Amino acid sequence: MEALLEPVSQFFGPAWPAVWTLAKIVAIIAPLMLGVAYLTLAERKVIGYMQVRIGPNRVGPKGLLQPIADGMKLLFKEIIVPSGASKGLFILGPILAIAPSLAAWSVVPFDDGMVLANVNAGLLLLLAITSMEVYGVIIAGWASNSKYPFLGSMRAAAQMVSYEVAMGFALICVLLISSSLNLSDIVHSQGQGRFHDMGLSFLSWNWLPLLPMFIVFLISGIAETNRAPFDVVEGESEVVAGHMVEYSGMAFALFFLAEYANMFLVSVMTSVLFLGGWLSPVAAIPDGFHWLALKTAFFLFVFLWARATFPRFRYDHIMRLGWKVFIPITLVWVIVVAVWMMSPLSIWK
Amino acid sequence: MDFKTLVFYILSAIMVFAALRVITARNPVHAALFLVLSFVTAGGIWLLLAAEFLAIVLVMVYVGAVMVLFLFVVMMLDINLDRLREGFWSYLPVGALIGILLVVEMALVLGGRYFGLEAMPTPPAAQAGYSNTRELGRLLYTDYVYPFELASLLLLVAMVVAVSLTLRKRKGVRHVNPSEQVTVKRGDRVELVSMPAEKE
Repeated sequence: MEALLEPVSQFFGPAWPAVWTLAKIVAIIAPLMLGVAYLTLAERKVIGYMQVRIGPNRVGPKGLLQPIADGMKLLFKEIIVPSGASKGLFILGPILAIAPSLAAWSVVPFDDGMVLANVNAGLLLLLAITSMEVYGVIIAGWASNSKYPFLGSMRAAAQMVSYEVAMGFALICVLLISSSLNLSDIVHSQGQGRFHDMGLSFLSWNWLPLLPMFIVFLISGIAETNRAPFDVVEGESEVVAGHMVEYSGMAFALFFLAEYANMFLVSVMTSVLFLGGWLSPVAAIPDGFHWLALKTAFFLFVFLWARATFPRFRYDHIMRLGWKVFIPITLVWVIVVAVWMMSPLSIWK
Repeated sequence: MDFKTLVFYILSAIMVFAALRVITARNPVHAALFLVLSFVTAGGIWLLLAAEFLAIVLVMVYVGAVMVLFLFVVMMLDINLDRLREGFWSYLPVGALIGILLVVEMALVLGGRYFGLEAMPTPPAAQAGYSNTRELGRLLYTDYVYPFELASLLLLVAMVVAVSLTLRKRKGVRHVNPSEQVTVKRGDRVELVSMPAEKE
């Protein structure tokens, strides 16, 4: 690999680090976008089968070209800016929605050493970037100058801020026991312990000692991405499509891409933080990127599964679950974990 | 000029522009959004100073939480822009006084060589593996533990006061208990009555 890259790096000279980083970014974003496209197909297929239907099966063999057709349709549609809208912010909304959900991938470790930016404060950076996701929704809702988008964006602001708190506390537990904010180190810290020495690595991953946090994180992740059953932001029976009502064509598609990219992100984060990232479940099988892909695929399936299974929450129940159930649970568990670590029973020495 | 300096000047230019727009923008929502922009660029400048923890926390707390709630409120205000401008001249003296005070304070900091600040040695460059977060945490919980706990206590008091100021018990509100709602059985709500068929 090094020898192959040598002539190329000499060709670019001092610009090489920038070019090489850009190449890495493309290598992350391009498969991600393809994955997002096919996640929409998977969603329609999975929900179809769960409702004893077939799902899309007309475009291409077994409907496999459906996402391409959808994408083409959205690309060629006109973007209509409503006459009363605040034009600059109306265009800025979708951009601000998708930018953080792509930028957050810079710190995700795909394999041992395979990460774009191996920063020390990776977990914090991730929290900071994902906390900016709400701006796209708020700005879009306000700039549309219309009732339903505004209501949708108000709901989004309240919901995303509330669930971020629970998510943050769950992450505090993780960083307590791995005593690092670096995501690669967090994965490495899961690959040790009593069960790991017995060959059953999957029992030494974070999900078992932090089981309540694992569940809280996953549910908060679903709420944070505004997916069913927490999709009151775009609940069609109440606010049509929330902040996306006035958007058409590619501007709408950007919101759509951002939502699915966020689903990917939450799934990857859950796998990295609680299910040992690229580590293999038993010591006999080698680690590798495919394990992370498998775990992510499982959580993506959980997203679709939850959407097909649960009815939508009422809005006050969402707030109650966030503030009165999750935050107390996480607060108590932070103290439990801290005391556990300091006690002689600690398993993280 | 090396790359870092260039980035610093670009970020500073954006920040000064955004800060100016915060006070000159006519629309309060635009002003709030410019404030967000200036926070983000300030975070960028702190990153240049290798203070990554502070930079990230600034973005997380102010951009991710405080300004979202700010926007939340500002968007719902029904503001008459003309009436907003009416009080300009009456507020000018107070505003100018505060402005002058701020300028004097900044001049004191920036013109530090008259106040012996140059005697402070430049901090040594960070070694490899240095973690800003770890060092800050160590300092906060060892050398500065009492001021830190005091500050947290103050914040707690402020929080409790804010809640108690806005808390009001309304009478005549129908309250539902969600856990009772969930455990309801069909028999509690529906009764099957057998009755003879009606005859015309």
